[in-house]
Amino acid sequence: MTATRFLIPLFIFFGITVFLWKGLSLNPKEVPSPLIGKAAPEFTLPILNEFDARLSNSDMEGEVWLLNVFASWCGPCLVEHPILVNFAKTSDIPILGFNYKDKPQAAVQWLNRHGDPYERVVLDIDGRVGLDYGVYGVPETFLIDGRGFIRYKKIGPLTQADVSEDILPLIQELRQ
Amino acid sequence: MIKKISLAVLMVFLVSNLSYAEEAPLLAKDPELEERVKAISAELRCLVCQNQTISDSNAGLAVDLKNQVRDMLRRGMSERQIKDFMVERYGDFVLYNPPVKGTTMVLWIGPLLMLILAFWMAVRIVRRRSRGIDSPQSSEDAARARELLKD
Repeated sequence: MTATRFLIPLFIFFGITVFLWKGLSLNPKEVPSPLIGKAAPEFTLPILNEFDARLSNSDMEGEVWLLNVFASWCGPCLVEHPILVNFAKTSDIPILGFNYKDKPQAAVQWLNRHGDPYERVVLDIDGRVGLDYGVYGVPETFLIDGRGFIRYKKIGPLTQADVSEDILPLIQELRQ
Repeated sequence: MIKKISLAVLMVFLVSNLSYAEEAPLLAKDPELEERVKAISAELRCLVCQNQTISDSNAGLAVDLKNQVRDMLRRGMSERQIKDFMVERYGDFVLYNPPVKGTTMVLWIGPLLMLILAFWMAVRIVRRRSRGIDSPQSSEDAARARELLKD
């Protein structure tokens, strides 16, 4: 007992180190979303480049799909954009663009310049629906299953690792 | 000199008036409502600028959320309902005061446990030391030490 006693502070030290180390490596910007596992909030929004047409999330029912929140004013969106463009080319999963607090005209120009990976783009001009989705930093990406439930959410730019390690396996699982 | 100072004072007043110019009309409309909006938004975290409340912040999202709070109050919703609305979308993190529940227990009772542990250790150490002084072993040691010191 007395022989090992002097080791106790050492163990406490290591315990604290592990906690702090873990704490430091967490990103405080990544707030765990309470929406995962819940039904995707309802929306019916105008569609970019389709006059007078509206799209509702229930129109996507029966499909596994990605919802990608983007805006032409958003710098980090450019970082993930090539990954989305590539994803659209290699996968048959539809990506719905969610143009957040943007001018439609600017969105069109932006997509012309950088490529358009989206099946369709819905316009949330005043950000009201974005609020329902808990959007606070663009870009954000949601994976929604065939029953309309949110299964995955990424805040910030998607990386290739997110796609190959999280999204693709999850899609595979959901399609079974 | 006096002229310069009074000019400076005047400038300060002018500038400060300017910076308030944007908010003033809103406040004038319904001060009671604004008071409530302010009280509630002071307890909601601005997620873009994390260590600010949405009341303090003028970031785009904070303004949207303040408008949302105002809107909901106008529709006669209670503070509880508004906070639930926010938590449903942004999680507990949006609340400046974390709620007491399973996942936040460590946060709430952790410091108390630490205090109790520290107190218990202090008591133990003090007891052992006060016992140590007149324990037979230590007086034996003391005697030996005295013996050694004699030479």
